[in-house]
Parts: sequence; C-alpha cells; structure tokens
Amino acid sequence: MSATSPTAPGMPSESVDRSGFKATPDAGLRRRRKIANKVALSLSLIAMSFGLFWLMWILLTVLQYGVGGLSLTLFTQMTPPPGTAGGLANAIAGSVIMVGLATLIGTPIGLLSGIYLAEYGKHTWLGSATRFINDILLSAPSIVIGLFVYAIYVAQVGSFSGMAGVIALALIVIPVVVRTTENMLQLIPNTLREAAFALGAPRWKVISKVTVRASSAGIITGVLLAVARISGETAPLLFTALSNQFWSLSLNDPMANLPVTIFKFAMSPFKDWQELAWAGVFLITLGVLLLNILARAVFKHKVSG
Amino acid sequence: MATLRKPKTDLADVAFFNLTRATAVLTLLMLGGIIVSLFYGSWPSIKEFGLSFLWTSDWNPPMEKFGALIPIYGTLVTSLIALLIAVPVSFGIALFLTELSPIWLRRPLGTAIELLAAIPSIVYGMWGLLFFAPLFSKYVQPFLSATLGNVPVIGNLFQGAPLGIGILSAGIILAVMVIPFIASVMRDVFEVTPPMLKESAYGLGATTYEVVWSVVLPYTKAGVIGGIMLGLGRALGETMAVTFVIGNTNFLNSVSLFAPGNSIASALANEFAEADAGLHTSALIELGLILFLITFLVLAASKFLLLRLARQEGAKT
Repeated sequence: MSATSPTAPGMPSESVDRSGFKATPDAGLRRRRKIANKVALSLSLIAMSFGLFWLMWILLTVLQYGVGGLSLTLFTQMTPPPGTAGGLANAIAGSVIMVGLATLIGTPIGLLSGIYLAEYGKHTWLGSATRFINDILLSAPSIVIGLFVYAIYVAQVGSFSGMAGVIALALIVIPVVVRTTENMLQLIPNTLREAAFALGAPRWKVISKVTVRASSAGIITGVLLAVARISGETAPLLFTALSNQFWSLSLNDPMANLPVTIFKFAMSPFKDWQELAWAGVFLITLGVLLLNILARAVFKHKVSG
Repeated sequence: MATLRKPKTDLADVAFFNLTRATAVLTLLMLGGIIVSLFYGSWPSIKEFGLSFLWTSDWNPPMEKFGALIPIYGTLVTSLIALLIAVPVSFGIALFLTELSPIWLRRPLGTAIELLAAIPSIVYGMWGLLFFAPLFSKYVQPFLSATLGNVPVIGNLFQGAPLGIGILSAGIILAVMVIPFIASVMRDVFEVTPPMLKESAYGLGATTYEVVWSVVLPYTKAGVIGGIMLGLGRALGETMAVTFVIGNTNFLNSVSLFAPGNSIASALANEFAEADAGLHTSALIELGLILFLITFLVLAASKFLLLRLARQEGAKT
C-alpha cells in the first residue's frame, strides 16, 4: 500500500498549479485536512506504542523478578509453609499432569467436532448451531466453566480433585481445537477431496487420510495454542482441583498446580512465598510465550512450504 | 459432492459420521448443561431473594443476606472503563497496522500485540498488584484528583484516597488485556475492505485518515462493533487480574472510581471454595449464572455482527 501517502511523487506539482488557480479558502481547507491527517496518524503511532509499552513493562518485570527465583530447588522441593524455603515441584508436576490429560481428552473431541463442522455439517442446522455456540464458549468466562464442573462433578463426588481440574481444562481446550480444525479444513481445496473420491475412497478415508493430513500443521497450531491457553488458566481450577501443599499424583485428591499456587502465594504477605510466586509466574509466562511462538512457527512453515 | 455415487454403504463411513456428529452435539449439550446446572444450583437463592437479588447490596454470609448489586456494579463499571480506553487505542493500532506501518514491520508488530493476549491473566494480576498499583497511587491518582477531580459532575469520580487498588485500576488493567482482542478483529476486518474502494478514495485526493474514517470504517462497521463486543465479553468475565487489583470489598459508599469494589468473577474466585453449602453457595452460583447470561448475550451479539459482515463480504465477491 504505497498509495497511503497523500503526497505521492508526481502529485505536488499538479496540486500546486490547481491551488494557484482556485480561490484561497481551498488552500486553508487543504491545510486543515493535512493537519487532521497528521494528528490522526500521530495518535495511531502513540496507540501502537501504548500497546507495546505494556507488553514490555510486564515482560521485563516478570523477567527481572522471575529469574532471581530460579534455582534447582524450585524443581525438587515441595511448596513450603510460610517462612521456610522450598520449591514448586508438586505444583509443576500437578500442572503438567492436568494440562497433559486435559489436552489428551479435549483434542480428539475438538478434532472430531471440527471435522463434523467442516466436512459434514456445513449447511445443516446442527452445524450452524454448533458453530455459533462453540464460538461463544470460546470466549465464555472460564470461571463459569469452573462452576459448571463444580456442579456436575465436585458436588456429586463430594470432594475437590485433580480429575475435576482435568475436566474443566478439557472443556476449555475443546472450543479452541474445534475452531482451528474447522478453519484449517476449510482451506483445503475441494479438488483434493474430489480427486480422492474419484479414486473410490470412502468418505471417512478421504477425511482422515487426505483432508486432515493436509491440514495437520494448522491443527497442531490450534492444539499448541490450546495448551498455551490452559497452562495459565487459574479461575477454572480454583474450585475444581483446588490446590495441595503436598506431593500427590492421585487424581481423586486435590491437586497442586502452578496458577492457584501463584495466586495464593502472591496475595500473601510472606516474602518467601512471593519470591516463589515470581518464579512460578516466570515459568508460566515463558512456557506460554514459547508455545505461542512455536505455534506460529509451525503454521508459518506450513503456509510457506 | 452430493452428485457423487457412493461406492457402497461403508459401515466405517456411517460410524465415523455419527462419531463426529455426536461430538458436535456434545458442544451443544455443554452449553445446555452449563445453563441448567447453574440454574439448578442457584434455585435456593432465586427462591429466597427473587429479583431483588439484582438491586440489593447487602452481602452478609453469617446473616444469610445476599444481594448482587455491588459485584454487578463492579463488573459493569470496570468493563466500561476498559472499553473507553481500549476502543480508541485499538482503533489506532489497527490503523497503524493496516495503513501506516511499513510492510516488513506489520507481522512482528501484530504478533507483539497478540502476545498481550497470550500472557496469562494471573501474570497481569500479580504485576498489577505489586507494580502497577503502587505507581498508580503515587503518581497518577493524585494527578487525576488535582485535574479531573475539580471538574463539576464527573469530579466526584476521581476523588478519594489514592489506594492504587480499586475499580479504576481494575478497569485500566482490563483495558490492556482486551486491547489485543479488539485490535486484531479491527485489523482483520480493515483488511477485508476491497482495495478498489480505498484506491478510489485516494484517487479523489483523500488523506489516509479520511480514507480510514470515511471509507474503511463505514464499510466494516458491523465487524468493528463485533470486535468491541468480543472485547466487552472478555472484560466482563475476566477473573484473576481483576481479583488482584479491585480490592474485593462488598461495601461501596461513594461513586469514586478510586474506591475498592468487587466484581462477579472475583467474588466467585475469593469466596466460592470456602462458602458454606446452602444459601451462600447458591447465591454465588446465581452470580455465576448472571455473569454467564450477560456474557452470552454480548458474545452472541458480537458473533452475529461479525457473521453479518462476512455475509456482506461474501455477497459482494
């Protein structure tokens, strides 16, 4: 868009001629329009800097305070009682387990549902309704998902548990995977499907061996973004997995996890806890940003190659 | 594809189709399940307090008196502040990314803005409480009191003790959090404006600003409003960042935006795990139901507007 500049080369001489020809008020109007343009474009530059300013400030703060808290004991010791040293080992393990299981459960469901939307239900009633609802669930408050899982699982079973946390996170994974799967499948040209059909392949084989395979990079991007999203989710875990100050791998007991531990430690007045919270924040931010960058790299690789 | 003759009814084919359809139905059931379970859970509270739950402000667990006015007020006001800041800034960012920035910078800058959305909300919260709030109370709040605080009518909003935490701080942090959502929708819809339209305007001698304001914006109006609604939906339901900085108090006796308050999501985050079974839990679930219904309406409106733009786009090409 080099046409953005109002004073493109070749223009000025002509406009000077015309302004000389016309009455003077026109020149004033032109000046005012130019000034308005300059002001608006400067404001837009300021808006851009405003956005980048917060990103930099937050990232630098996290880096500055998080790196200091990093040490080997972070990964080997349990969350301590206030006033003593310790680590985040149980919280890290709990987070990895819950995020991993939630991804394992959520991905196939989201994938199949996305396949239905793109391949079967393009113009059906069910397809349109699901697409609409899915996009709403994608942005629905995650704390409400936590309430939902509390009502259908925690309240029935009678205790907070790691499994409830897994279910809550899986429910957040599904809409993300559905959305990217559908989008990616829609990019596959119909000729590819027709070619496979012409060879006599049944529909499920066309989908699983041709279209899904062709869009695999995009789908992997979606899964990575979903993992990034749930890694930092705190609200849905507050009353599902709760937290646990000890090492526990049982899915039937409350399970330690990084976000809730950070929440508890950051709000506390104890110095040791706050330092651990910063280290935890650093780990999560680093993980989430790396996943985002990785997802973009996978997708870009696919688009260009 | 309907015209193609099927080889023969393949059992695997039928099974696969039904499997995918079942998962799609699952999504619908999930929405239904959320609404039904929240409604069921909040029934004792609905029966006890009726509609007055919405406009009474007592929140007294020991006395079993519950009214949602303060969390609802906090949720709406913080989201409104967020939009007042985020909408113009996002417009500026979208304008910069689509018209002003050199092409090679567009991708990295766009990614940077999107990364703002990737940062987990708990990070915003902790940073907001420990870094933003102290600076805000030391420099910005006294300045606002001294300037805007003296303006008639709106002056009352900017008076009171500069605590750092409170409704205004929560609104500002929410603004930073929703900017990436609104800005990327705006950028995407600005990009679908047919180049022909823009070039015609440039050809008539319009300035960049005039092209965006009078050609691109009217063309993409529905999409832009959809993006703003999406941001609003995000702001209304945001939990952790708000919980850290809003102050979490259920008493509110001034209109000042400096005052601490509460929002629906942060009331849930703070109280739910420790609430007694019975009326307290039920009242909190009712808060969740109210939040879900509000965000559902906002997000549905957003989706509807974005769909309309997509259809209009489809009809023209």
